[in-house]
Amino acid sequence: MLIQSTVFYFFSAILVASALAMISVRNPVHAVLFLVLVFFTSAAIWLLLEAEFLGITLVLVYVGAVMVLFLFVVMMLDINLAKMRAGFARYLPVGLLVGIVMAVEMAVVLSRPAFDLQKPEAKPADYSNTQELGELLFTEYIYPFEIAGVILLVAIVAAITLTMHKRTRAKRQSPAMQVSADRAERVRLVSMDKD
Amino acid sequence: MITLTHFLVLGAILFSIGVAGIFLNRKNVILLLMAIELMLLAVNMNFVAFSHYLDDLAGQVFVFFILTVSAAEAAIGLAILVVLYRNRRTINVQDLESLRG
Repeated sequence: MLIQSTVFYFFSAILVASALAMISVRNPVHAVLFLVLVFFTSAAIWLLLEAEFLGITLVLVYVGAVMVLFLFVVMMLDINLAKMRAGFARYLPVGLLVGIVMAVEMAVVLSRPAFDLQKPEAKPADYSNTQELGELLFTEYIYPFEIAGVILLVAIVAAITLTMHKRTRAKRQSPAMQVSADRAERVRLVSMDKD
Repeated sequence: MITLTHFLVLGAILFSIGVAGIFLNRKNVILLLMAIELMLLAVNMNFVAFSHYLDDLAGQVFVFFILTVSAAEAAIGLAILVVLYRNRRTINVQDLESLRG
């Protein structure tokens, strides 16, 4: 039990510190890297909550794909840092005030005895979180699961369509013209002399 | 002994940091998107904590769907950002005023 508390407070400290660093550092690349640290540490806390599958998913999907995408975009765009930072000091008091008040309010509400649940008993060693989650996903939640797949497909199509660059000079194929080509416009019979 | 409250307060703190981040970096669209990701993570933290303490896997299924949707949202958001930068040469929120009457 003591080990669990130690682990929880250790990872929570890293989590909050890196989240604060993320919103306050100067360089957007550093901010992305701090967000990677936030996701990684949250994955550790989710492992503490016995949500193994989601912890690994967070690292694989978020750190591995989404944050790399963020990193690419941040590095691709040439951002004027000084201009971006203007107004940081001006909004600092308001931002801090709103953030702290919100955190305190929620902490007051959440400290009610109703939320004071004790940790349930640990699952047996052969319990598989992934298997249980998979059985639930493919039976009870099969329609939402399919819809999630469609949403991802739409996102792929939308992202590619938005960013595709139409170069006027590039030579490209037109499948419609290729399919509709017939013999008459491709082949021309020429009669030649025998010698 | 860690109770459910610990995790919920941790989620509340993360969410508040995300809100404060939107206030502080209100010029940079990329940082706004990242602050939104932080807030989504805080919500997911609450879902996972409730799922564990109430011993109900539905919360984790929900986190799975939130992760899916927010990954799609991040991809489309960044794509819009790239197009925006290509057309306007800026991602400063203050410069995006062509719809202003």
